[in-house]
Amino acid sequence: MNPPDPNKKPGALTGCRVLDLTTPLGHLCGKILGDLGADVIKIEPPAGDAGRFRSPFYYDSSGAAQSLFWLAYNNNKRSVTLNLETGDGKEILRRMAGKADFLVESYPPGYLDSLGLGYSGLLKENPRLIFTAITPFGQSGPYRDYQGDDLEILASSGVMSVTGHPGKSPLRISVSQSEAWASLYGAMGALTAFHHRQQTGRGQFVDVSAQSACVIMCAHAPWFWDYNRDNPTRQGEYMTGRTITGARFRTVWPCLDGHVTFIIYGGPAGQKTNRALTEWMDTHGMAPDFMKQRNWDEFDVATVTQDEVDRMEEEMGKFFQNVTKKEFLKEVVERGMLGYPISAADDILNDDQLAARGFWQELVLPGREKPVQFPGGFTQFSDMECGIRLRPPQLGEHNQEIFQDEMGFSLAQLEQMRAARTI
Amino acid sequence: MIEFAAFAAGPCVGKYMANHGAFVVKAESRSRLDGFRAHYPPFKDNIKGVNRSGVFAFNNDGVYSLGLNLKVPAGVEIARRLVSKADVVIENFTPGTMKKLGLGYGELAALNPGVVMLSTCNLGQTGPRFRHPGFGSQLTSLSGFTYLIGEPGGTPVIAYGPYIDYVAVGYGYIAILAALEHRRRTGRGQYIDLSQYENGVQFIAPAILEYQLLGRIPTRQANRHAYAAPHGVYPCAGEDNWCSISVFDDQEWSLLVRTMGRPQWAQSLRFATQLSRKENESELDELLGQWTRTQRPDNLMQSLQKAGVHAAKVNKIADLFSDPQLAHRGHWGKVEHPEVGSHHVEMPAFALSDTPCADPTPEPCLCEHTELILEKLLGLSKDEIEKLAAQGAVELASPKVSARPS
Repeated sequence: MNPPDPNKKPGALTGCRVLDLTTPLGHLCGKILGDLGADVIKIEPPAGDAGRFRSPFYYDSSGAAQSLFWLAYNNNKRSVTLNLETGDGKEILRRMAGKADFLVESYPPGYLDSLGLGYSGLLKENPRLIFTAITPFGQSGPYRDYQGDDLEILASSGVMSVTGHPGKSPLRISVSQSEAWASLYGAMGALTAFHHRQQTGRGQFVDVSAQSACVIMCAHAPWFWDYNRDNPTRQGEYMTGRTITGARFRTVWPCLDGHVTFIIYGGPAGQKTNRALTEWMDTHGMAPDFMKQRNWDEFDVATVTQDEVDRMEEEMGKFFQNVTKKEFLKEVVERGMLGYPISAADDILNDDQLAARGFWQELVLPGREKPVQFPGGFTQFSDMECGIRLRPPQLGEHNQEIFQDEMGFSLAQLEQMRAARTI
Repeated sequence: MIEFAAFAAGPCVGKYMANHGAFVVKAESRSRLDGFRAHYPPFKDNIKGVNRSGVFAFNNDGVYSLGLNLKVPAGVEIARRLVSKADVVIENFTPGTMKKLGLGYGELAALNPGVVMLSTCNLGQTGPRFRHPGFGSQLTSLSGFTYLIGEPGGTPVIAYGPYIDYVAVGYGYIAILAALEHRRRTGRGQYIDLSQYENGVQFIAPAILEYQLLGRIPTRQANRHAYAAPHGVYPCAGEDNWCSISVFDDQEWSLLVRTMGRPQWAQSLRFATQLSRKENESELDELLGQWTRTQRPDNLMQSLQKAGVHAAKVNKIADLFSDPQLAHRGHWGKVEHPEVGSHHVEMPAFALSDTPCADPTPEPCLCEHTELILEKLLGLSKDEIEKLAAQGAVELASPKVSARPS
């Protein structure tokens, strides 16, 4: 574990306590509050949080399976085990809630209420508590009790209908995204409520729907319907809806070692890009006369015809086929063009921009010598710390520290609770 | 709050703040129009116009528009006076632009030490490529998402819209509230250097770990899952209708089989266990698809959910406006706009019990609130405002023209 650096500045939430009762849907919410400095206590069932059982797994030197999803979203948390379905477990949670600033949970609606540990129950212990509940569809409404994993949340959010190829199956992103979106909106809601509490002293309940959160993945598509009764659909490697001529534009291009993204744009940035690309192509003798002679300052994407787009794209496509991803990135940056390679995990880990900003944080995981690079803080503050202080905890790693040292249970009591499977 | 921002990543942060009660001033100018007002469809009735943009509406409901030209020195002076009274400044210019205008964090903090300033840009304010401008659609590729969309072995497919911008909107909103808490504690404002690229990487963190810990690069799997099967969207009756079905264990599979009426094929040992379903997944998808093709997607979702099986209709964009759950949550707020008429804005996905979001308010017309802001916030007289307008420092709204054909 990294020892705390005394020279480090505090975070925005240093001194705040978060109780994290989340399943995978809410892990990132607790992590965001922890990255801002809060002391986050992950309260897990004695068998371990559901996120720990989520594949794919890495097997450490002792043979223990470590979920990559779990590792990714649970740093800055201390772990205790607590069986909330026992009398002692409930009592301990109530005590902990009395001293907490935030509680974040993502159990099915009504579950914690059924144990007397819902918002109304815990409000009595602590009227200052910000209670954030993250669920697939929200705490009420016709879909409240529906089963929802990544696919259901994304399907119902509309985004799949605009992702993929025309006539083929709607698609999701192959690394699940709905949990991150739900958690992001959870943290937004929790901090909005916290801002209010710091002014008034009163906590409140924050009800987050993952479906609602993921509607934003549709970006502006809903307004095509709302304004003009157009229903955007899947366009594969193309982009449409940007012209009055109905022209479509290619977005994804094969290159020498993968793919790049390049889209013909108008406006000042697009005009500059088109000119710069023509010049770049020309250095390889691959710029056709019609592109060299084009007055790019007058190029308007709204009125360009499909015929002209096709002619340009044919030449661009030939040119990109001989460019590597790395070369493409270098040239677009030097030439001030819009466009980026389609990066995979290895490209991102090797990107010098991220390294130069000190983005990665190296953590040593139990049962492994070689350190692992984790994405660091989500932003850089001039006067505050934001990032990883603690590696993701092992199950119940902090039972003794929290129950004995901080809450005052004796070793004998802990043994009893362990025997009763309360912890 | 005062916004020197265009497109999505800056303005949408201000929108959410406005939804929760902040007074958000968007500084904008006819000499440098927000690209969403100028270039990007949809426009109401497909007629271009600065007050007719749907994508602008999406990112700017509830904010106030101030016509302010920062190329005119008196305009910069107005900006400085507004900042001296602001809690938060949001900007998403190319790095260095605010400084060139005399509105860098150092200058603004000298005027107002408590000010929180969010700079949100493509790659961050430092590093070898900090100046590189870009749009979210391409940055979504650089941060790894595009690589992960598509059929196995097939060409990657780009996400709809500037995906990563909205990731950065959430983190930007969080960063501002965090900095306001810090200011409450210390009295000091601060500068927030937000790299949209770094925000995007947070969302694919498991893939970054997989490459390092398992030595493999996660790639496109269409809708398949590591172990759940079936796990996909299946064609339904009607045109381009689909429904997701995902089955995570044998118990759920038996519920699905029962809902299908126990067809012969589903009793096969090839599908009896999670491992065997995964092994025979293509055949399973085909057979399941033959059954789903006979079903309406809404009915299929309802009957499977009632049986306890993960399932959801793939909402088309139009369906989002009739989805009963989104309607229940008041996801779409109805507003009246002077040029567009009646339309919808999106309300936040989090609902607060004691301080709910404000009633939906339309996006502002260009320069709609110039006088209001200058009078109320800076105490300028009508004469002073007219003088500034004559210099081109501030810009006033055009007389409103109804766009509806008579």
